[in-house]
Amino acid sequence: MNTERKIRVLVAKPGLDGHDRGAKVVARALRDAGMEVVYTGLHQTPEQIVEAAIQEDVDMIGLSVLSGAHMTIFPRICELLKENNAEDIIVMGGGIISDDDIKELIDGGYAGALFTPGIRTGEIIKWIRSTMTEKLS
Amino acid sequence: MCTNDKDKICQGKEEWEECVSKMQDRPHKFMTVSSVPIKPLYTPEDIQGQSYMTELNYPGSYPYTRGVQANMYRGRLWTMRQFAGFASAVESNERYKYLLSQGQTGLSVAFDMPTIMGYDSDHPRAFGEVGRVGVAIDSLDDMETLFSGIPLDKITTSMTINAPAAILWSLYIATAEKQGVASHKLGGTIQNDILKEYIAQKSWIFPPEPSLRLITDIFAFACQHVPKWNTVSISGYHIREAGSTAVQELAFTLANGFAYVEAGMAAGLDVDAFAPRLSFFFNAHIDFFEEIAKYRAARRIWARRMKEKYGAKDERSLLLRFHTQTAGCSLTAQQAENNIVRTAYEAMAAVLGGTQSLHTNSMDEVLALPSEKSVRIALRTQQIIAEETGVVNTIDPLAGSYFVEALTNYMEEEAEKYFLRIGSFGGVLPAIAAGFFQQEIADAAYRYLQEIERNERIIVGVNDYIIEEHQQVDLLKIDPQIELEQHKRVQNVRAKRDNIVCANRLEALRKAAGTSDNLIPYILDAVRAYSTEGEIIQVLREVFGEYKEKPIF
Repeated sequence: MNTERKIRVLVAKPGLDGHDRGAKVVARALRDAGMEVVYTGLHQTPEQIVEAAIQEDVDMIGLSVLSGAHMTIFPRICELLKENNAEDIIVMGGGIISDDDIKELIDGGYAGALFTPGIRTGEIIKWIRSTMTEKLS
Repeated sequence: MCTNDKDKICQGKEEWEECVSKMQDRPHKFMTVSSVPIKPLYTPEDIQGQSYMTELNYPGSYPYTRGVQANMYRGRLWTMRQFAGFASAVESNERYKYLLSQGQTGLSVAFDMPTIMGYDSDHPRAFGEVGRVGVAIDSLDDMETLFSGIPLDKITTSMTINAPAAILWSLYIATAEKQGVASHKLGGTIQNDILKEYIAQKSWIFPPEPSLRLITDIFAFACQHVPKWNTVSISGYHIREAGSTAVQELAFTLANGFAYVEAGMAAGLDVDAFAPRLSFFFNAHIDFFEEIAKYRAARRIWARRMKEKYGAKDERSLLLRFHTQTAGCSLTAQQAENNIVRTAYEAMAAVLGGTQSLHTNSMDEVLALPSEKSVRIALRTQQIIAEETGVVNTIDPLAGSYFVEALTNYMEEEAEKYFLRIGSFGGVLPAIAAGFFQQEIADAAYRYLQEIERNERIIVGVNDYIIEEHQQVDLLKIDPQIELEQHKRVQNVRAKRDNIVCANRLEALRKAAGTSDNLIPYILDAVRAYSTEGEIIQVLREVFGEYKEKPIF
């Protein structure tokens, strides 16, 4: 029997918009891939997201941002994780994010990976698994 | 002779089937974008027994399958209405004047998320979102700027606003008053469709019951004071964008429409007093024939139910008039220029389906707000359809196609099945509470994604025909300074107005909200005194409470 702990992911939807199609299909694909997935629902503040992540004891937070507010949201989440001594939680995300912004967020250490429209969910799953393996080794 | 003919058709089909059985199909799933399997050939057998007069009839005649007007586009083309709005009222006002100068015939206002969710621009929840996906409107001051130099008795305006629709509509009426235009001269549409918010778009504020009360208040007020206004645009667009199939879009939208009719009647209104002002808003997705069948079926179902179930007598109550927008979700970030082609086919389907107005998406909308050039190409796409392709010469040209008629019948039958399922919950509101629509849409969206990931469905540039590219599209950027300027503007309004009058009017609204009085006159009084949107919503939120969704995926 596999006693290995399942990877736990919080899929979160910050901001005021209601575009949750992407968040929901990714959440479901991760669940189908055998991960434990918690979905926050809509209209979450960064504070609510970090609180949920700590309470649910997740390994990763996946942020779905389509409002264009990613340059403020990712750094804010990281800042709150730091304040709560929860920097071990890995942040990733997806949405409509330009190449330049992706580079800035990843280089700045605000996100482990960012996925844009058209990505295969298999790629996201692969990245999560390899990142977790790396983290645990 | 008829029987003879039928026998020949039957015999011919057997011969054709035998012939085709020896041939090999490509390894491909022949299905619509909604995963409906499509037969290789449709014949008279597929529409056997269909009565022309009962199922189709002439355009402008019950059940209006062929169109709501007798002469359709030979009389007047559809309204070319490009959705626009960004940054502040000043910038949006300039874009509107530009679009009108380019031959656009109506305005369509996009609001930013804080306005849509009922927060003033300087509220903490608005941080980073002011003016991003639409224009920021906080008070009458912004609305006056938005329509400055645009005579409101000469144009019609569509406003995409739902939970706070009563407030934005009151702001429009008050702006017209300032221009000296009486409310009975105003024409336009407010989306005002809260049911699809709970189902798909998720921009709600209050729980369903008080939200429906605001909507029926608008119906009643419009009957008396703004008779040319479309009081609700019952929207399938967002249901489709959230991942539904074409049948689900059709069925859920019409079910919502019937729920509004029932709410209006329950509020004591005569069905013919408000039903003529109900309008619809559908998606035009990429599957050409499925979309055309959807629009034709929608008209027929609506007319039948309105007449037979709700007893509407006024012919205008039976007409399903609709706006269409091409499918944002069909566009791709990869090779974005290809989106021009997708949009053109989708727009053509909307026209062949008999739409009353149309928005064509710009190729770069998948990446950001569209640039001026891409908006112009999108508008030109409609003008090319209207002026060059010839599809407007004759009405409902696809009628009588075995395939299109069979597909239209299929859409109607499948929608009826959904009405039964919704009925088994006790109606739309209990079905929302049970998460029925949300789960159906989530399932369809996931199935669609899996079809793409298994390469059963090819999206050009995404899972086939891929090239290496670097995003080179010229994008419209919103200056972060806009947010700070908007803060100043709303704070200035609060400083300059008579705060005692303002407080009194908000208090009157609070009291009325606890009774069954029509709230529109109270909201109008509040906006005339320059109360802000956020203040009015806060008053109502305190009385009505807030909606909370149980998240499912």
